Amino acid sequence: MKLAVSTQGPEPGSPVDTHFGRARFFRVLDTETGQQTVLDNADGAGVVQGAGPRAVQRLCRLGVQAVLTGHVGPKARTALEAATIEAYAVEGGTAEEAVRVFMAGQLRAIVPAAGGGQLGHGPRISVRQCLHPLETRAGQSREPAGSGSA
Amino acid sequence: MRIAVASGKGGTGKTTVAANLAVTLARHGQTVAYVDCDVEAPNGHLFLKPIPVGEVGVSRLVPRVNPGQCLRCGACARFCRFNAIVCLTDRTLVYDELCHSCGGCVRVCPSEALTEVPHPMGVVKTGVAGAVRCVSGTLDVGESTSPPVIRAAKQAAPPASWVILDAPPGTACPMVETVRDCDYVLLVTEPTPFGLHDLRLAAEVMRTLHLNFGVVVNRADPGAPETRAWCEQGRVPILAEIPDSAAIARAYAQGRLIVEALPGLEPLFDQLIARLGAEVHREIREEGGVLA
Amino acid sequence: MPEAAALFELVVLSGKGGTGKTCVTASLAALAHEPVLADCDVDASNLPLVLNPQPQRRESFTGGLRAHIQSDRCSACGKCQEVCRFAAIALDGPGNGCVPRTYRVDTAACEGCGVCEYCCAGHAIDLRPADSGEWFVSDTRYGPLVHAGLHPGEGNSGKLVMLVREQARQIAAATGRRLILMDGPPGIGCPVIASLTGATRMLVITEPTPSGEHDLERMLALGRHFGVPAWVCVNKHDLNPAMATHMERHAVERGATVVGRIPYDPEVTAAQRQGRPLVEMNRGPAATAIAGLWQRIRAEGSVLINVND
Repeated sequence: MKLAVSTQGPEPGSPVDTHFGRARFFRVLDTETGQQTVLDNADGAGVVQGAGPRAVQRLCRLGVQAVLTGHVGPKARTALEAATIEAYAVEGGTAEEAVRVFMAGQLRAIVPAAGGGQLGHGPRISVRQCLHPLETRAGQSREPAGSGSA
Repeated sequence: MRIAVASGKGGTGKTTVAANLAVTLARHGQTVAYVDCDVEAPNGHLFLKPIPVGEVGVSRLVPRVNPGQCLRCGACARFCRFNAIVCLTDRTLVYDELCHSCGGCVRVCPSEALTEVPHPMGVVKTGVAGAVRCVSGTLDVGESTSPPVIRAAKQAAPPASWVILDAPPGTACPMVETVRDCDYVLLVTEPTPFGLHDLRLAAEVMRTLHLNFGVVVNRADPGAPETRAWCEQGRVPILAEIPDSAAIARAYAQGRLIVEALPGLEPLFDQLIARLGAEVHREIREEGGVLA
Repeated sequence: MPEAAALFELVVLSGKGGTGKTCVTASLAALAHEPVLADCDVDASNLPLVLNPQPQRRESFTGGLRAHIQSDRCSACGKCQEVCRFAAIALDGPGNGCVPRTYRVDTAACEGCGVCEYCCAGHAIDLRPADSGEWFVSDTRYGPLVHAGLHPGEGNSGKLVMLVREQARQIAAATGRRLILMDGPPGIGCPVIASLTGATRMLVITEPTPSGEHDLERMLALGRHFGVPAWVCVNKHDLNPAMATHMERHAVERGATVVGRIPYDPEVTAAQRQGRPLVEMNRGPAATAIAGLWQRIRAEGSVLINVND
């Protein structure tokens, strides 16, 4: 599978960056081939808004299926769920340590709270989701492009 | 006559001056409209207490994807500079709050799969407070951009001999949007270091926009001459000085207009109007004096 | 269990201007243990006026991309003005031999969306970084201070605020400091949002007046909207004690925590005239109240910042 870790530096030994959208780098690893690449997220880290969605877009284009990170903001969370990219919580350590712990099945999944956000009464995200006609996932209903909230 | 009441620093007394000025002009028999352009934190209605007449929503356009025509090419997401569109393998996400309503995504879409729908961002309320026609713009919480709501509020102002625009604090876009088409700007300041520092910034904006302006000193303190010195040096007229008085502070804290709570202060606003009239009819001096 | 290097970002906001944000922030800076300081009110930066900063670093700020029309390539067709949603383009550029006037972009109004560039048939438009202001890193007695100034009339304060915050975070990481104390801008718009997103807590300084009450309500809504818990402190509470109590009760109902109240005190302005934080100048009623406020904030935040002293 393709895995990404949000990091503060480009090395395998760089510390994990706990802010997903504003992470300085993403380290992308293909667990089957062992191939690793580093994504520079300097531009994303500096945007006023939309850092989370932007990061998800980039990871999605690379085919990333899971991300190891710390704090995921509500807009990023919505996008990760829509993209079916799993997110796992890392608490400190380096990128390679995080991967080891993940592969050992010891990381907690960042499960979305019922109301979204970290506090039980998180922000109301106004997001329209438009499902494309040919590819719907099994078991999911086709919603028209109305103003969905997450 | 369009008069904006602005300041660099927040909390100097813009709303106090604008609301009392409007009410005094009405008492002089002028037709007056008061427009609250501080759409992020509008407070004028708390003092004028207008009887509501109408309310109009302000909205901006946000994109909506037609799934039947979308090719999933990602051109819209790539064009958007505000990270408002995320193109996933089986769906497209549009974040209304991040969208700046530029319309670019619609233009770049190769299959005309995008249309635009209104997204509410604020409201403009109109009302009547005695003889003063009141307009107030309010930006919805969570929205980033004031100018469209400010523009809508200004457009909703009824015709009047005097239109008093209560500006937002600061020197950036919202203030500029409010003052840009006015005949004269009153900069309200307080005689403190913060007040003077920010008055200078506001004056710079006035110069850049080639706007005629004068100063009202609120909570004036005879022991703080720096503001007066700066105005004299720059030949910036001081059109009124409102004293630093507990009675005025109390009236404000009770949500009362100064000229109604303390009729002894009516002459201060009468004089402000007289000086304002004289100033707006003066020719604009090209060099505008030396502004330190 | 928070990380060893967990950062506490406290932003001081008010909604309404003039309630005392900057004065309180300056005093908290003097009371806090090794904070990093940031002035996020980039439109009217006042915090430096009372902290006596020694500038160490000065950089210019390019406020994102702005459209630029090359007048020698402009045919004055007007398409750019037609498609601009922000009223940022006017026919007031110089003539170029073919046309008497060309179109010109008002960089303060331009949002950098790129639509005019896309639509210009003559490829006369490109997006360029615009010099919109400056930012500084200064030393103060209380800690490093990141501050900035937007050129008057400019837009895009949000981006400059993000830059100030990012610099503050980098300084915190480099120096091992774990508290960032930010003086926020007035209002609820873009620069406020930029100072608020991802902050650990927001401290709302308000006043016991109808304006204060009205704007407190909006600030609390903003905090809920962005998921940042709110602390509330009524300044000049003794000007209307009943209103102060009413506002505090209302704030608690809205999920905020009341962390203190400050009485009216003319010494506040006196300290400002001296260019110093109030708590350094005297031990009057306001200074005492702010010291109490700081103790309460430490207690509330101690789980997260692990302060030792």
